[in-house]
Amino acid sequence: MSKKNSVTIEADNLNFRELNSRIRDSVQAGCSRITLNSVCGQRYIGLGLGTGLKITVNGVPGNDSAMFMGGASLIINGNAQDCLGNTMDSGTVVVYGHSGDILGHGMRGGQIYVRDSVGTRVGIHMKSYKQKKPVIVIGGSAGDFFGEYMAGGILIVLGINRGKQDILGRFVGTGMHGGTIYIRGQVSNFQLGKEVKVFDLDDKDHQIIEKYAAKFCVHFSVDKAAIFKQKFIKLQPYTHRPYGRLYAY
Amino acid sequence: MFRFEKKANPFYEKDVSGCAVSAIMNTKGRRFSSEGIVKSIANQRDRSNGLGGGFAAYGIYPQFAELYALHIMYQNQASAHKTEQYLDDYFQVEHKEVIPHRHDTVISHHPFLRRYFVKPYPVGEKTPDRIFERLSEDELVIKNVMRINTGFDGAFVFSCGKNMGVFKGVGYPEDLAVFFKLEEYSAYIWIAHGRFPTNSAVWWGGAHPFSLLDWAVVHNGEISSYGINKRFLENFGYNCTLFTDTEVIAYIFDLLVRRHDLSFEMASKVMAPPFWDEIEKMPDEEKELYTTLRATYGGALLNGPFSVIAGFKNGIIALNDRVKLRPLVAARKDDFAYVASEEAAIRIVQSELDRVWSPAGGEPVIVMLEEPAAVPTAP
Repeated sequence: MSKKNSVTIEADNLNFRELNSRIRDSVQAGCSRITLNSVCGQRYIGLGLGTGLKITVNGVPGNDSAMFMGGASLIINGNAQDCLGNTMDSGTVVVYGHSGDILGHGMRGGQIYVRDSVGTRVGIHMKSYKQKKPVIVIGGSAGDFFGEYMAGGILIVLGINRGKQDILGRFVGTGMHGGTIYIRGQVSNFQLGKEVKVFDLDDKDHQIIEKYAAKFCVHFSVDKAAIFKQKFIKLQPYTHRPYGRLYAY
Repeated sequence: MFRFEKKANPFYEKDVSGCAVSAIMNTKGRRFSSEGIVKSIANQRDRSNGLGGGFAAYGIYPQFAELYALHIMYQNQASAHKTEQYLDDYFQVEHKEVIPHRHDTVISHHPFLRRYFVKPYPVGEKTPDRIFERLSEDELVIKNVMRINTGFDGAFVFSCGKNMGVFKGVGYPEDLAVFFKLEEYSAYIWIAHGRFPTNSAVWWGGAHPFSLLDWAVVHNGEISSYGINKRFLENFGYNCTLFTDTEVIAYIFDLLVRRHDLSFEMASKVMAPPFWDEIEKMPDEEKELYTTLRATYGGALLNGPFSVIAGFKNGIIALNDRVKLRPLVAARKDDFAYVASEEAAIRIVQSELDRVWSPAGGEPVIVMLEEPAAVPTAP
């Protein structure tokens, strides 16, 4: 990595428009590594940015960061706010902290790893198509409406470092009609939406969890063996068209 | 009254926005400057659109701590004259002045702004109403505030608590902080709001916080149960006068906590109650409690998306709707408690925090003064 290819931007007192245009200018100028210091609430960081680019955020990035991101990797040294990875297309986001509500809303590709817990409505409306398969791995717990209306992709909740917090809230997978949720622990039927059921894992599932949990363990220096000491369950919709027969008399 | 004739520009719906709320409190009751709260709300500038902003500050009038501080906005001299005569009839006005403000800021249009430090006349021949109706001082104040706000054209009481005050108007909150010279005050609780009005009128009185006695409420969201709440509150003598849904929250707090003596926990379970299927699963005693609460106070249930911060003299409470349709982040650092719409709005004030968390839907964050008596009430 030549020095010319990297740039550091001090974000203090920069409005989100100014900060993002400086990021885009740097990309245009050929930078492949961008470090942002003192970020405090500026939105849309990483918006639509493509492959071969690594952005490191020191601080708290604002809402809708990594939105529409098309291949870049975004490293967040801090907590993320709401709507991280909104409609993200591809690339990787790693959060060294927790993340707010609506993480990965409508996400259609790429991977998001969050060290701690996440808020409400995470992974809602996620979808996959052919080779594109969005993945979110959460170290802690997740709130209500997890995977609501999910149409594709993979959500994994590890449930470590969550204190007394339940691993999931209520209305999990409500309206879900595609994709898979893996949970390291148990949930009661009361917490689940009407459209999903608990299934046991098969070999393919184990391979998937193994693959993404391994990456999680590398990012956050977690002992992989310890993660697999506890059993995972799988949540899937039991019909692809939950409302298909609603009006079919 | 004080409504801007100018229509919002046609593209305003496209702004990236949603209201901003923020609060900072010192749990030891130590007073601190407005610097932090202004920084915090300014950090969330993109959440509001310049059509309303305001602050509530607790502990700012120690020299008049025993008097009700009435902040009143007037459309013209005539309304001021008429209202002041009325005040003289019902209150001993100990001190009266213009609310200090600047004329060289971006806030160019504003109503007359005055404040009065008053106490009700002692019960006697001048107070037939009070003898007859056995009104407490607080209730007398509420009754007269309601009377001014509904019956006096061009006059509007926007703050009437003791040792606290609301400063609000049309503009961005950080601009209003300069306009109102907030740097001259120190308080142990600061609450702020940046407004992005979606369904109610833009005018000076319609900015947040909404206040009644020492309650001050800021709100992000929309109370879709407003009609039911309004009619429920009318049974208890509260008249909704402000063309804005948020005022019902202030009145519900006053009704539940001050008049009906519910705890903050219970009051928040009235406003954002557990779902019926959750109540069904509770042990018998709890089931009875929550069933009774919902049955008794059904009209005080708040529906629709909201995050709310309410302040009163002994603390703050922050609450989300049950399904968490609006953002709320809370944090602690030593004696300081913070609540805001975004974590960044807290970090900009205090980058090192002991704890930071997002409360779940319907889960109140309640922060009380450790020793309420420690609040300075004399100079």
